[in-house]
Amino acid sequence: MSTFNGNGQSIPKIGFYICHCGHNIASMVDVDKVQKYTASLPGVTVSRDYKYMCSDPGQELIQKDIKEFGLNRIVVASCSPLLHEHTFRVATEKAGLNPYFFHMVNIRENVSWVTGDKEAATDKAIDLVRAAIQRVFFHKPLVKKEVPINPDVLILGGGIAGIHAALTIANAGKKVYLVEREPTIGGHMAMFDKTFPTLDCAACILTPKMSAVKNHPNITLWSYSEVEKIEGFVGNYRATIKRKPRYVIEELCVGCMDCIDACIYKEAKYPDEFNLGMSKRKPIYIPFPQATPQVVLFDPDTCIDFKSHRCKKTCIEACDRDAIDLKQTAKYEEINIGSVILATGFKTYDAKFAPQYGYGRFPNVFTSLELERMVNASGPTSGEVLTKEGKKPKSVGIVHCVGSRDEKSNKWCSKVCCMYSLKLAHLIKEHTGAEVYNFYIDMRTPGKGYEEFYDKLMNEGVHFIRGRVAEVTDWALAAEEENKLTIRVEDTLVGVVRRIPVDMVVLSVGLEPREDASDVRRMFNISCSNEGFFLERHPKLAPVSTFTDGIFIAGACQGPKDIPDSVAQAGAAAAEVLSLICAGTIELEPNTASITEEFCSGCKSCIPLCPYSAISFKEDTKKAYINEALCKGCGTCVAACPSGSIIQNLFEDEQIFGEIEGLLRFAGIDLAGSETKGKELEHA
Amino acid sequence: MPEENINKKWEPKIIAFFCNWCTYTAADLAGVSRLKYAPNVKVIRLMCSGRVDPQFILQSLASGADGVLIGGCHPGDCHYSEGNYKMLRRFRLLQRVLRSMGVEDERVRLEWISASEGEKVKTVINEMVDTIRKLGPLGLPGKISVYDKDLAELKNEIDTEIEVDIKPSGKEMVEHA
Repeated sequence: MSTFNGNGQSIPKIGFYICHCGHNIASMVDVDKVQKYTASLPGVTVSRDYKYMCSDPGQELIQKDIKEFGLNRIVVASCSPLLHEHTFRVATEKAGLNPYFFHMVNIRENVSWVTGDKEAATDKAIDLVRAAIQRVFFHKPLVKKEVPINPDVLILGGGIAGIHAALTIANAGKKVYLVEREPTIGGHMAMFDKTFPTLDCAACILTPKMSAVKNHPNITLWSYSEVEKIEGFVGNYRATIKRKPRYVIEELCVGCMDCIDACIYKEAKYPDEFNLGMSKRKPIYIPFPQATPQVVLFDPDTCIDFKSHRCKKTCIEACDRDAIDLKQTAKYEEINIGSVILATGFKTYDAKFAPQYGYGRFPNVFTSLELERMVNASGPTSGEVLTKEGKKPKSVGIVHCVGSRDEKSNKWCSKVCCMYSLKLAHLIKEHTGAEVYNFYIDMRTPGKGYEEFYDKLMNEGVHFIRGRVAEVTDWALAAEEENKLTIRVEDTLVGVVRRIPVDMVVLSVGLEPREDASDVRRMFNISCSNEGFFLERHPKLAPVSTFTDGIFIAGACQGPKDIPDSVAQAGAAAAEVLSLICAGTIELEPNTASITEEFCSGCKSCIPLCPYSAISFKEDTKKAYINEALCKGCGTCVAACPSGSIIQNLFEDEQIFGEIEGLLRFAGIDLAGSETKGKELEHA
Repeated sequence: MPEENINKKWEPKIIAFFCNWCTYTAADLAGVSRLKYAPNVKVIRLMCSGRVDPQFILQSLASGADGVLIGGCHPGDCHYSEGNYKMLRRFRLLQRVLRSMGVEDERVRLEWISASEGEKVKTVINEMVDTIRKLGPLGLPGKISVYDKDLAELKNEIDTEIEVDIKPSGKEMVEHA
């Protein structure tokens, strides 16, 4: 361990290392020049360059030097600290030096990758390195704070991703709270008829998992519920869940549906959300036959009793378990959890925003999701593909990329549409024998068995026309177009404009973030990417982690994904959570703030600034006090303290001023006179 | 290198304070996306824009920076709930002070840049470098030494005056000044 007292008064022994990062840095920054220059700076004992500092030999180089030269400060100029700061801190610690004597300079993301001129890049790197050398003079040894991890887990969203993650964690013996906004779990997958490319029946593979969730002793399933509030930090979150009133006591209802039969509305007359409004339901209903939990619910907007209080309440009479409670109110549950998985899914693009395709204008233009319901045996047409006139279509056009790969709507590829369009083409042909035309920009079928499925469809006689559809119109220009919808498209493989009359059009709508994704993101303190999907910590190496420790993401809320990918991600998120739980504790960054009592004047300016109420006023000493367990280390109070009595570890004033001076050391030379100049030339 | 610096054409020197969670991450994204931008801005990483002490800005300018850029999360997105709002308030106050000192508003800039806005890092930095290049050097270190000299002379003058004229009211005035 170093004998240096860390007050910045004596000259420390600094080891400096610059990384080539293969060619990533070395091709733009003259590493040799930086290394030689740094060697001349005060306090620098060792200055080296190496091909890959993060590799084992690179780290060993640092450790060897620490032991051999008694280094007590380490500066590494390489990639972003968000990537490798931890790596080097661990390496430093292994050599017996406090890891917070290490500082990292980002000369890859901040210099070599963003600068086009070699000389400018080298100069910038030199400035940044000099700043770091100045900074580490003021570094102090710090001790990490260790906090326990609560083993209970909150999962948001009961689609296939949420279900899979919940079961994985629950099977490991950990407690899971699964919160679903809708009255039933199952998500979008429950709406599908078959799944590509195997044509498995979606319900057959999903419903066993749904009942497993319901029956699992380790899973508390709260459907028709939403998270109201969450506070705390990794391992120690506290959430409030709002359980919306179903007006039915969940514990008593067995899902016999006698109340639904008894409803004074003999005919169902309200649009059924699960079937996308293509069928009707009563004010008391169950979303679909396999809904989990099997509990009915009331829709207060349509139930007569809620509107006029003049209903005979035949439903209550019909329930022999007295499960109906029309006076039920929202219930709030408070839970303590250690980690959270967000699996809130996606929404489909609203085809009304592509008016050229006539959705909402022409009754026989459907979205792909509507067709999924139509081909489903428990759907609105009991599995028959029918036009609005109730006839079997003789020809069907499937328009790809509606709300995907489009400058005007969503630029991204929704990834699943090519495959589900192929699946729908197969199912339509199977159900009706119709001619099916697929209009595509590019067919994207990477995946196990996917390309083979595409091949199979081509052999089934489905037509593929390459071109983005210009318009769907009912304006007939020829006899065969009468009473049909005509699809106008440029066939880009042949180079002709085609008009293809069809009886039915299916729009393959893309996947989008949910409307309230940004509210959820704010509540859980994570970020969204530009398109609005939740942002992962690293696109390749941390695909299910977020920038907030203990919050993980899985499924289509992170980006468009098919079922296998969603399940794989859910498994990965579950593994991350379990790894946290198994570790039992987690080390927190020691960048918290503290008060130097002798300088504190007791002005209380800092107290209202703290968003975590970590600062209190000690009446006996008339000084402020920071509870370190509550402090998250933003430093807002530090910047505001008029007497400079608050210190933030790792971001102390001296350290920042050191960086500023280091960056500008030569800046004022020609203006500030010869004093600085002379001083600098000594070192140069 | 120092010797070269003197002979080189003047280039704006800008210090940036970026919050760890949004803007610093965005700068990393700009790097990963290989967006090229002006090399004049050098970033100091802080955990939150709320940590930016006005002294950091003043010190940067006084030490020779021609501009200061502060980057934080968009309103409502702060990793620490509201550090960026606290920064905004301080920034508004500081702007008045700087204005009264003759420092142009454009030299100190506050920008909300989220983690996904790598492109914005590039645009903001390029824009700021262009603006400051047009404004020219701030040269505060030079000005400060001139101010110091003026002040010393003034003090000297007053001191001599007091020696000559020992009216008590005159002395009070000096103390208040």
